[in-house]
Amino acid sequence: MNWNVLLDFSPLADNSDKLLSAFWATIRISVTVGILSLVIGTLITAMRVSPIRVLRVAGAFYVNTLRNTPLTLVLLFCSLGLSDTLKFRISGTPSINFFWLAVFGMSVYTAAFVAESLRAGINTVPMGQAEAARAIGLTFTQSLRMVIMPQAFRSVIAPLGSVMIAMIKNTTVVLVASYYEAASLMKDMFEQYGATLPIFIGFAVGFMCLTLPTGFFFNWLAKRMAVVR
Amino acid sequence: MTDSGKESREAGVNGGGPLVVLENVNKFYGEHHVLRDIDLTIHRGEVVVVIGPSGGGKSTLCRTINRLEPIDGGTIRIDGKPLPEEGKALAQLRADVGMVFQSFNLFAHKTILQNVTLGPIKVRKMDKTEAEQRAMELLERVGIASQAEKYPAQLSGGQQQRAAIARALAMRPKVMLFDEPTSALDPEMVKEVLDVMINLAAEGMTMVVVTHEMGFARASANKVVFMADGQIVEENTPGEFFTNARSDRAKDFLSKILTH
Repeated sequence: MNWNVLLDFSPLADNSDKLLSAFWATIRISVTVGILSLVIGTLITAMRVSPIRVLRVAGAFYVNTLRNTPLTLVLLFCSLGLSDTLKFRISGTPSINFFWLAVFGMSVYTAAFVAESLRAGINTVPMGQAEAARAIGLTFTQSLRMVIMPQAFRSVIAPLGSVMIAMIKNTTVVLVASYYEAASLMKDMFEQYGATLPIFIGFAVGFMCLTLPTGFFFNWLAKRMAVVR
Repeated sequence: MTDSGKESREAGVNGGGPLVVLENVNKFYGEHHVLRDIDLTIHRGEVVVVIGPSGGGKSTLCRTINRLEPIDGGTIRIDGKPLPEEGKALAQLRADVGMVFQSFNLFAHKTILQNVTLGPIKVRKMDKTEAEQRAMELLERVGIASQAEKYPAQLSGGQQQRAAIARALAMRPKVMLFDEPTSALDPEMVKEVLDVMINLAAEGMTMVVVTHEMGFARASANKVVFMADGQIVEENTPGEFFTNARSDRAKDFLSKILTH
């Protein structure tokens, strides 16, 4: 057995600049998807609790479709379907084009999970809060925005943290959408140096550096923002 | 003080004109007929106390007036205008009708001051400084100005209910609805809330009060409405009602709550 290869961390050190830029790509896509999925997820949740039936049905259809479709399929459709077949190009530069297609695919997918968490959060807000909001003359949208959603968000910050951690790890799938990030580099390094334990550990630790603080941050925020009843 | 307020209001009631008019109102919860052919007129400046056994439809009646409960038949008019179905017009109308709930329902994520200013700023489009100044005056009036920066959960039940009254008053409502405002309170806090309500009545506010507080009914009401089984069984002055109720149903109810 070749113990040298198993314990040799030099490939990581030799490629430190590539490692940094690959993880930077992971961070960029994670942050963009995080923001977009929160926005889309909030809109979908608003649709699901709206008094208009068509919106409720559309919202439920969205969540059930996206939540039950493998992410790989969504991303392949975005890269091959939208970009190659339908010629839907966000930018002429391939790297920018694939970045936004990957962001789009991951955001619509993650939004379904954000929406489910938020809907659970809305269920924790007592009926009386909505009644009081309506009683002072707030419209449906106003009471959702100013009274219901802020409380719903606060009660699901910790579960949203889990959604975000899953999302960060899911960015490794975007290599099927031709966006180059940490997992793509790991695959290339495996091909170049062989699939060694040190390379694997290096990348696993790299991801933990992103996900562990995310978890701590959301847990801290959940405690800080908790609504006392 | 209170009595003179009540008398002057009684004198004014005739000239006050009808403010809230319910005609032939019916409501069902599935098979259950919760409101049966309700006819009720509340005049400007009048204080109407609704009493009766649990499940008799008192709270439902109160909640239909600002359409928190939609009705299945009849009409409700406020200041001459029928209640709008939904949307912006209904929101506008609700802004004119103050509501105080049994469980306070203060916005849990906002401070007391923010609770009171939210409606004036977002619905009345009042300037923030002006809204805060007015909110502080109202909080002063209900005796909790020192709690303005706290969150609802940090206050006692009595303080929360007084904040809820201030929140409703901040909209300058034409009429105030009280849905069992003291039922969720510890006994020692009932008085502080009733005192605020008695003052409000003395100042001439039009009020509909669902309550079990007979003392308040005696002190402040112009009219007592006795409800049972979804019907208005009797409408009377408090003096007459408590000493010489016309209906047997009311006599039976009073004998159960007054003699112990």
